Amino acid sequence: MADTVTEAKAGFTTKFYNSLFEVAEGEKIKTCLQCADCSGVCPFGYLMDFPPGRMIAWMRAGILDKMLDTDSVWMCVSCYACTEVCPKNIPLTPGLMTRAKEELLLAGNIPTELQSALEFSQRYGNPLGESPRKRADWTADLDFEVPIMRKAKRPVDVLWFVGDYASYHPRVQKTTKAFAKLLHKLGIDFGILGPEENSDGDSQRLAGERGLFEMLAEKNGKAFSQYEFKEIITTDPHAYNAIKNEYPQLGIEYPVRHYTEFLTERIEEIKPLLKDNGKKKVTYHDPCYLGRANNIYDAPRTLLEAIPGVEIVEMSHTKSTSLCCGGGGGGMWLDGFQWEKGEVRLSDWRVKEAVTSGAEILAVACPYEPPRFEDSTKTVPGAEKIIVNDILELLIGAME
Amino acid sequence: MAKIVAIVKMVPDLVEELEINEAGTGLDRDWLRLIINEFDNHAIEQAILLKERDAGEVTVIAPDAEGVEDMLFTTAAKGADRMIKLAGDLEEGANNHALARAFAEAAKPYQPDLILTGVQANDDLDGPVGPLVAEYLGMPYVGYISGVTIEGNKAIVRKEYPGGLIGEMEVTLPAVLGIQAGEEPPRYVAISKVRQMMKTAEIDEQEISELNPNGGVIAKRMYLPEAAKRAEMIEGDEEEIAAKLVAIFKKAGAL
Repeated sequence: MADTVTEAKAGFTTKFYNSLFEVAEGEKIKTCLQCADCSGVCPFGYLMDFPPGRMIAWMRAGILDKMLDTDSVWMCVSCYACTEVCPKNIPLTPGLMTRAKEELLLAGNIPTELQSALEFSQRYGNPLGESPRKRADWTADLDFEVPIMRKAKRPVDVLWFVGDYASYHPRVQKTTKAFAKLLHKLGIDFGILGPEENSDGDSQRLAGERGLFEMLAEKNGKAFSQYEFKEIITTDPHAYNAIKNEYPQLGIEYPVRHYTEFLTERIEEIKPLLKDNGKKKVTYHDPCYLGRANNIYDAPRTLLEAIPGVEIVEMSHTKSTSLCCGGGGGGMWLDGFQWEKGEVRLSDWRVKEAVTSGAEILAVACPYEPPRFEDSTKTVPGAEKIIVNDILELLIGAME
Repeated sequence: MAKIVAIVKMVPDLVEELEINEAGTGLDRDWLRLIINEFDNHAIEQAILLKERDAGEVTVIAPDAEGVEDMLFTTAAKGADRMIKLAGDLEEGANNHALARAFAEAAKPYQPDLILTGVQANDDLDGPVGPLVAEYLGMPYVGYISGVTIEGNKAIVRKEYPGGLIGEMEVTLPAVLGIQAGEEPPRYVAISKVRQMMKTAEIDEQEISELNPNGGVIAKRMYLPEAAKRAEMIEGDEEEIAAKLVAIFKKAGAL
């Protein structure tokens, strides 16, 4: 009996190790130098029983099954900091860490608060547990109509994939409305899917629920295939990442751009609309899935620089070294768990840096961020006066 | 090895606004989204926990409804051995007396040692299913249970009372238990496991011989609560509001 158990445990490590090769560039795991840069740069590495470097070491020793009895892998916010810093370019975030979460989930070792978000995503197509019928309710108080594809029954230039938090979260809806106004002002021919849109599923995938991701992607793919449009745009870097890098592997292939790219292309049209509302110091937080995961660093800054009176000041962690807001890879649904483990919030850390930068405004470009950073401005000393705004809100603000 | 039957049902999901049907006697079922009754979900979890702890065989029985197959495949992925869907004229929903008779008839052939069901449901108009099933099968019933241990032909159950009191009692098997909460919260199963079950597991469909609603209540009218106009909004600045409040308290004899 003991031998069988030992074999089964050793079997886990081997199976897990081999599965890493299925990820793009996965074989690079063999070249790990054990430099531990990954574990050092990880914002929660000091709280993990198995930061990436140690996970590889125990895997090489054939005893990684012990990881299944621990839960601190759930601290991983899939922020790509480890992947960015790895000298051997090992796909640590999409490969090692995501596979580890998949194994924990299959073993039933999953925090309850994450469980609800996954169940909601499966049931309602959004992790917030809101009615799918109400997905386009945010459009109600705009003074123009936002075309919903099923009702509009015509081809559009641009299909806007709105996303979960942008659709339902009361704070983020302000950003969503700002983008709708901007598209309207620029005379863009656009439409949204409304109730036919499902969660992009990317954060669920990075939280270890690959099957759920595929189910959601298939639903979105089916909705996309019903309509005619030239490209997809989104304000959500997570949706952008999914549609750009993950959906094509499932045969769902459409051109997609983040709004920062889409608007930068129209910057000369936008500039004449922007008024000088006085000088302000703005610092910009690079979202993980716009920056490190997709290398978009300049477009958001181009938009900010176009606003008269804006002076950009950088935080100490910027561009490829940007700090995660704590919401990625399932972090949006693990706030309580993270707090229990470390009594820290990554958003607090980031807001402290914003204070140090001397900025009056913390500009963001991801729907996860306004509520997270705004919460932190309420508790971080000296941050009381910092305003958290999506770039879209700053643009619309400069037009009014 | 205990033979455990979980009897469960789908109920209206309150994430959507509820609409009343044209006759004004019930919910408009065309607009309903259905979800497993939360307490039934705990009954399933308790059944699976008992199976994992003491070995056993778990059969889950549910009346046909939108989404019931997905729910049954999910319970299979959790570890249920047998899934039964009861078919019949259920489109308008059946009352609990009709359901209880159908459940009793379906459960009987399996000679269960233990029947677990949710202690209540959000669409219960005429009392819970558990006691009725117990009556039809001639078994004892204990409700508001939050823990079960099987010892031979007896079960030790933890029954919740108001005020935070817990009673531990012994019940002779076979018995029906109304589950308030499983010993663990209902578990999550990966979608990949559920999808696997959809390919490999089978749901046994059984026709309900007769849906007999006798004994149940008949809803004559269903309507939204009508707002009474008793509330008075007190306006003014803090001083004025405080003064008015004091006057109201004095008039009411509270000061």
